[in-house]
Amino acid sequence: MKTKDRQPRGVTRRTALTTLSAAAALTLTPDLVSGQDAPPADTTNRWGRLPNTLGARSPAENPRRLPIPTSSRTPLQDLHGTITPSDLHYERHHGGVAVVDPATYRLTVHGMVDRPLIFTLQDLKRFPATTRTCFLECAGNYNGQREELTPQEICGLTSQSEWTGVMLSTVFNEVGARPRATWFLAEGQDAAVMTRSIPLKDAIGEAMLAYAQNGEALRPEQGYPVRLLLPGWEGNASVKWLRRIELADQPFMTREETSKYTDPLADGTARQFSLVIDARSVITSPSYPQTIQKGFVELRGIAWSGRGVIRRVEISTDGGRTWKPAALQQPVLPKALTCFRYAWQWDGRPTEIVSRAVDETGYVQPEMSAIQRVRGRRTRYHLNPVTGWTIGADGRVRFAVQRVRA
Amino acid sequence: MKRLIIVVVGALSTISVMAAAQSAPKRFGIGTPATPEQIAALDIDVRPDGTGLPAGSGTARDGAGVYTQKCAACHGANGEGGTADVLVGAEPKSSAPFGPEYERWRGTRPDVPFTIGNYWPYATTLFDYMRRAMPATAPGSLSADETYALVAWLLAKNEIIAESDMMNRETLPRVRMPARARFVPDNRRGGAEVK
Repeated sequence: MKTKDRQPRGVTRRTALTTLSAAAALTLTPDLVSGQDAPPADTTNRWGRLPNTLGARSPAENPRRLPIPTSSRTPLQDLHGTITPSDLHYERHHGGVAVVDPATYRLTVHGMVDRPLIFTLQDLKRFPATTRTCFLECAGNYNGQREELTPQEICGLTSQSEWTGVMLSTVFNEVGARPRATWFLAEGQDAAVMTRSIPLKDAIGEAMLAYAQNGEALRPEQGYPVRLLLPGWEGNASVKWLRRIELADQPFMTREETSKYTDPLADGTARQFSLVIDARSVITSPSYPQTIQKGFVELRGIAWSGRGVIRRVEISTDGGRTWKPAALQQPVLPKALTCFRYAWQWDGRPTEIVSRAVDETGYVQPEMSAIQRVRGRRTRYHLNPVTGWTIGADGRVRFAVQRVRA
Repeated sequence: MKRLIIVVVGALSTISVMAAAQSAPKRFGIGTPATPEQIAALDIDVRPDGTGLPAGSGTARDGAGVYTQKCAACHGANGEGGTADVLVGAEPKSSAPFGPEYERWRGTRPDVPFTIGNYWPYATTLFDYMRRAMPATAPGSLSADETYALVAWLLAKNEIIAESDMMNRETLPRVRMPARARFVPDNRRGGAEVK
């Protein structure tokens, strides 16, 4: 047994001082504090950084969101598992990120209720709490115009977090929601004063007022200090920086549920309140701009459905002619990103790899042509087409544009 | 085995006792009553039946100057769009800007954009949205009169009302938008059919 293993477990002041002077004796103070130096050739002959107050990624890892003025996309190809690191969660806002003081934050709940109430952040945290993991996806999460596109560019407006908050039903019980209330308006305090009408009966079973994400307070761009969270629904409905909820017996017909986020259909009508996200999947590795080698390649990706659990993910390595099931990483959670993996031997010949998700309702992720048959060529939102990657003879991976062209 | 069963039953009864002891109160007594004044200070939404519309009024003529001053930089001098959305476009009058009727009307012409005139189902939404979020350089700064005037200007440009029509809390909810009847509720319920 080594000497240090016989030391008492409790660190005394004296042992702490001894440790610190030992560290000081190593005379590597700057990188011991910052830990940002380039990796040394030998990491075993000197001490590394001492414990500090806030961790940081390895300088060798540099995942980044891809921003445009109205949104930023999650680097799906750089992630593992199903949780999106909070600082890489996609953003979509309509008036910039509101900066809200948690001390003066108030949520007002009124309308068709017996007791209109105002809640502070502390008030909301006093209610029984609940935690759940689910995805959020923007309703406008499809981009597929050219071969040189990464998963982030194609569908990076999808992310997943573990959310904590109070169930909306608990708060509605507290204010005495009246039985005739069938809709509620959720309003944010950003510069867009974002508003959406939510059908109460469909939402109340799972809706949360979330104040935490992945173990800590919400990020500012995710609605700090409180957002609505509607698992499985288009992200816009999960209103951020939530300041007001008004219960009513009719929808309010805000801009975001009339002129936007609605689906023109092939028959000349337009679908409204199409809130639930249909099943979808994407292979995140290999993907553009990777190059693969002949031999073993594990196909990896994520699948999700706003209607419940992913039942299976099917993989084609011959451009959609034949399909085989991928392995799903357990546990498979409802309305949550689900990892799938498929062991593949690439024989070096050009081909196309494709994934398609099937959810618990039996819904099969469709081809773009099938979506456009029912929704017409001018449909804009809620696109979830089967997505593939072409593999060249040189092993280069490119987005399979021809699969999704109208 | 018998001992195991006793242990399991014992554990189960302990859990049920704990559950009973943990039962939440019917109400928690959390929150502060909201006064009518506090609610009124926040309650800016406008519904299709006109609920929430404030006093004030304006015509398209009143709105022209406001539009030029506060909107044209992003939406174009005549609502034709720019860095922000196209707002004006009365065509096609016979259909939505999509669907079989539209394709027949369009023939080989280029597509028309989605506009207030051919796609917005409720005129009240214009008031609600502009008062809460426009102009982007100073959201929430429009007066009620300015908002009514801009709504009137946009509705007139889209050939839905006349230049002289006064928009106020009585007249605006009565404006019938061309696209109103085209909107249908979500009919997707999962299952094999693609919708």
